[in-house]
Amino acid sequence: MKESKIVVNNKVGLHARPASLFVQEAAKYQSNIKVSTTDPDTQEFREANAKSILGVLTLGVFQGMEITIRAEGEDEEGAVTSLLALVEKNFGEE
Amino acid sequence: MKRLPGIPASRGICVGPVFQFVRQEIVVEEKCVDNPQAEINRLENAISKAKYQISLIYQKALTEASKEDAEIFQAHQMILEDPELLGEVKKKIENQKLSAESAMQVTAQAFSDMMAAMKDEYFAARATDILDVGNRVLRILLGIAETPTADLKEPSVIVADDLTPSDTVLLDKSLVTGFCTARGSATSHTAILARGLGIPAVSGVGDSVLKIANQTRIILDGTKGEAVIDPDEETVAYYQQRISTAKVLHEKAMEHTHEPAVTLDGVTVEIVANIGNVKGAKSAVENGAEGVGLLRTEFLYLEGNCLPSEEEQYKAYRAILDVFGDLPVILRTLDVGGDKEIPYMGLEAESNSFLGQRALRLCLVRPDIFKPQLRAALRAGVGRNLKIMFPMVATAQEVREARKVLNECIRELKNEKLSFAENIEIGIMVEIPSAAIVADQLAKEVDFFSIGTNDLSQYTMAADRTNPKVADLSDAFFPAVLRLVRDVIIAAHKEGKWVGMCGELAGEPLAAPILLGLGLDEFSMNPPVVPLLKQILRGLNASEMKLLAEKALQLETPHEIQELVKEQVPFIAELVG
Repeated sequence: MKESKIVVNNKVGLHARPASLFVQEAAKYQSNIKVSTTDPDTQEFREANAKSILGVLTLGVFQGMEITIRAEGEDEEGAVTSLLALVEKNFGEE
Repeated sequence: MKRLPGIPASRGICVGPVFQFVRQEIVVEEKCVDNPQAEINRLENAISKAKYQISLIYQKALTEASKEDAEIFQAHQMILEDPELLGEVKKKIENQKLSAESAMQVTAQAFSDMMAAMKDEYFAARATDILDVGNRVLRILLGIAETPTADLKEPSVIVADDLTPSDTVLLDKSLVTGFCTARGSATSHTAILARGLGIPAVSGVGDSVLKIANQTRIILDGTKGEAVIDPDEETVAYYQQRISTAKVLHEKAMEHTHEPAVTLDGVTVEIVANIGNVKGAKSAVENGAEGVGLLRTEFLYLEGNCLPSEEEQYKAYRAILDVFGDLPVILRTLDVGGDKEIPYMGLEAESNSFLGQRALRLCLVRPDIFKPQLRAALRAGVGRNLKIMFPMVATAQEVREARKVLNECIRELKNEKLSFAENIEIGIMVEIPSAAIVADQLAKEVDFFSIGTNDLSQYTMAADRTNPKVADLSDAFFPAVLRLVRDVIIAAHKEGKWVGMCGELAGEPLAAPILLGLGLDEFSMNPPVVPLLKQILRGLNASEMKLLAEKALQLETPHEIQELVKEQVPFIAELVG
């Protein structure tokens, strides 16, 4: 299993186009990939299937929130690295 | 033969077979199944068909609409591929022995409810997306046609209750010769679409039209506002004659449409177009418009699912400005309020959105919306003839505030060393009676006015133009509205400023003599009307029209005024039939 944390810094968070890009990237890998976060207000822990657009959207990740990406499978290394890179470069937003 | 009176929504005449636009209801019977695996196979088949359909629509939207429009269908595609949603549907089939239809319907509803419960406008829109996608799969499973117009194979007159923008995305416009709607008004979506396409439309003819069988012959007179059902041969011959006369007239008007509109006594009037996208821009140029009197910018905001970035807007505006080269293009800043569904903006519903915080009022309190648009416009205007105008101005103070924001944007762009259009003309829409009344004060604050007669009429007459019960009152031909137009023009000219008009009245043949007589400098209209209006203006004498306008403003009703124009300028009466 491979796991990593990162803060989402782009404007809209994990919604709209960035959420789509995230899910499309996750779908390229065989591994089971989960993305999770803790609501900064309620401290509620939420987890979703990173390949599910509806799951990722309902996580409610806004700008400034930290997410954990966890992958399990043969290509777990590549999956986590590429998803991190996507968040890192703010999904190519200006 | 039966004549149905209605509202003239788009001028012109057509004869053709009826095509009823009927949305078939999706009814799913609840029943248990014996063979879950067979249901799962049916489901998977339906999903791959749905994916194929969506990919076709996506391609169509990419070429015919905008990238933002197309992205909605990309989102639909992703929902269809969602492992959580599909997993849940399959689980319901296996565990609860539901049919594929039932399982899909229940699951889509549950996911949609979950989204809707997030109490955020953005999620509310996704909730709708899920139901849309679910319904597409259900239609395939139930064998219901994808769109009500899937069987539209020959040129026809579309008959409907009323049409929404999503109804018309998939409509093959080349097969539509006219629209006839039971409800709706002269300003509903159907009417606007028809005018953009230059085909006739009659609205509000009543529910009886929905019971007419497909293929029944129907005549639409969009100029008069009448539908003739199952006409006799004599009537058909009469309208055929009028259609061919109109065609000859249009061809004649097209011959000279790329020349300026100069009146008999040598007054040159500027004829420009109202547009809302690149397609409209091209149509404007083909029809001989000398620029754009109203560039609506709402399209960028209505189609996406987040605020369009400055860069996106810059590219969109630039693409349109490039079509016009040196010709003037007046960009109107965002005109939305609580009545438009733009979920991501988080606008509160207002009890009376037409009198609420809309257009410039909204922009002044939302710099996050206003500034990127102004910056994008200023940048796109480099080397082009861009002008900017603000909608829904009621007071001079608002103009000064808007200018302040504009100046901030200019300072920012300078600091960032970005190039932008300098010294551009700034104007306002005159569409609120208060603005018309204090036009003398406003004229000192701006470079030009553009009169928006649709809103000016409904605010002056206190009559909602989308309410068929009072829509008659919301008519710009009422002397109360025309007198305001006169006062606005006089006030502007006193300050040496020019006045245009971008409401429907500017493209109305019977109004042209009056507006010319009142001294209107620029007429802005839907592209298909440009050739006709130019031809009409060339046949008029501006100084004579002054007297006609004075006379007209003394009359009491729109009908009296129109009859006066027909009597005094018989050639227009002939042209409009």
